[in-house]
Amino acid sequence: MIDVFALPFFQRVLLAGLLASVACGVIGSFVVAKRISSLSGGISHAAFGGVGLGYLLGFDPMLGAALFGIVAGVVIGLAYRRVRSGLDMLISMVWAVGMALGILFVALAPGYAPDLTSYLFGSLLLVPWKYVAWIAAVDVVVLAGVGLFFKELQAIAFDEEFAEVVGLPVEVLFLGLLALTSLAVVVLMRVVGVILAIALLTLPAATSRQWTRSLPPMMAGATALSAACTLGGLLLSYTLADRVSVSAPPGPLVVLLAALAFAVSSGLQRLRARPA
Amino acid sequence: MSAPAIELSDVWFAYGDLPVLEAVNLSVESRDYLAVLGPNGGGKTTLLKLLLGLLHPARGSVRVLGLPPEGARGRVGYVPQRVQFDPDFPIRVADVVRMGRLRRDRMLRRLGASDREAVERALATVEIAPLAGRPIGTLSGGQLQRVLIARALAQQPELLLLDEPTASLDERIGTGVWDLLEELSKSMTVVVISHDIGAISRHVRTVACLNRRLHAHPSRELTPEILEATYGCPIDLIAHGHPHRVLGQHEGGPR
Repeated sequence: MIDVFALPFFQRVLLAGLLASVACGVIGSFVVAKRISSLSGGISHAAFGGVGLGYLLGFDPMLGAALFGIVAGVVIGLAYRRVRSGLDMLISMVWAVGMALGILFVALAPGYAPDLTSYLFGSLLLVPWKYVAWIAAVDVVVLAGVGLFFKELQAIAFDEEFAEVVGLPVEVLFLGLLALTSLAVVVLMRVVGVILAIALLTLPAATSRQWTRSLPPMMAGATALSAACTLGGLLLSYTLADRVSVSAPPGPLVVLLAALAFAVSSGLQRLRARPA
Repeated sequence: MSAPAIELSDVWFAYGDLPVLEAVNLSVESRDYLAVLGPNGGGKTTLLKLLLGLLHPARGSVRVLGLPPEGARGRVGYVPQRVQFDPDFPIRVADVVRMGRLRRDRMLRRLGASDREAVERALATVEIAPLAGRPIGTLSGGQLQRVLIARALAQQPELLLLDEPTASLDERIGTGVWDLLEELSKSMTVVVISHDIGAISRHVRTVACLNRRLHAHPSRELTPEILEATYGCPIDLIAHGHPHRVLGQHEGGPR
């Protein structure tokens, strides 16, 4: 069992997963604390349009995903503070339009159709070294952005109106946070796919919040938990294939483990809240 | 500096077709302690948001500390009425109060010794220094109100705006807040929105009544005519048990 760690392919896949956990834990904590998970869901699905555009025009689909994710983030982010009442409708629209464009672009692309399931549900096992480097670069951008503007981002996440009152550029900060969210989502697209990205972004952070009392430890906990679920999902996938010849992709296993951790954590919280 | 702390001239505001403020004129001198009272929907919170530059008037001009509201940002402390944030938000009391130190031009700077000092003084002023490390989700309504006041004080404001600071508090704690505001009003201009007519009559220096139109009074004395003009319903006030403490109360009356 342990010799799986000696396999070069496994090392690469594991490194990709662990690096993705950093962006996931840090940004996921903001998404959960600020309660913008549906907004982030819109971004991640819209990013699929960029995957299709990449296939159609012949550039890297992940680059297209990042581009579409950021554009969707800016569109929803600009609307966020202006059209409070129609926001959920707008998010649904961006969500659906992104997916529709993605499918249309892929259909129009010359040659035979690529396998889209790897983008929809992830393809961690096939991650090339190039993307491992991209994930590391996204981590650097996320950590630098959050590190430099932590107190301001915390302020807009906690109480936007007050942040405005003291004179912070609230909209610019919020759009910046959404741009970082888009990057995190694109990274997760490689791990668990467009459809499951939002689950991996939010579940470890929501679990971590139950046990932490400020944002930095929440981020650390979410990162650790996300890394643990990634490792667990990979090992489970490998074990199932090795022992019982069941080919289960790691992406869904990672998300199911994250959901299980959240459920167990919530149960423990209820026990703790009710002293015997 | 003799510019008035607040100067509104002929300010009009509407939410869509719903008029909220009409022809409001108001001048508040520096170091005044003004209470704005009026019925729900009378435009009190809207007035504060205009002063903060969160809303903009359809007509008329708003000057705060001699500047347009956006220009006075950071120098105007704000204590919101309702808790806009999520009580589950993972943050400690001291982190919330520290937000009063944030400014656009301090964005890439770490908070320094003077910031820490301002935060500590704000916590001490509202007597919640022992709560500094507590998560905000564990606080009572009264404690949370004090945190919000401390956050505004950490701004070291020249003008402090408070929206119903005692609405969610029981009377004993509410009295503590009024005493605190009276103390603060010695060093800054204070404008408070409140329903608490009894407390207003005991503490503030000037009163303005707002029900779409503003009636300002040079003193805190409220006459039945003023209240009736504002609320259009003096009987409602009597039903709340306040009129004997408000109407005709003078300096030196029982506290």
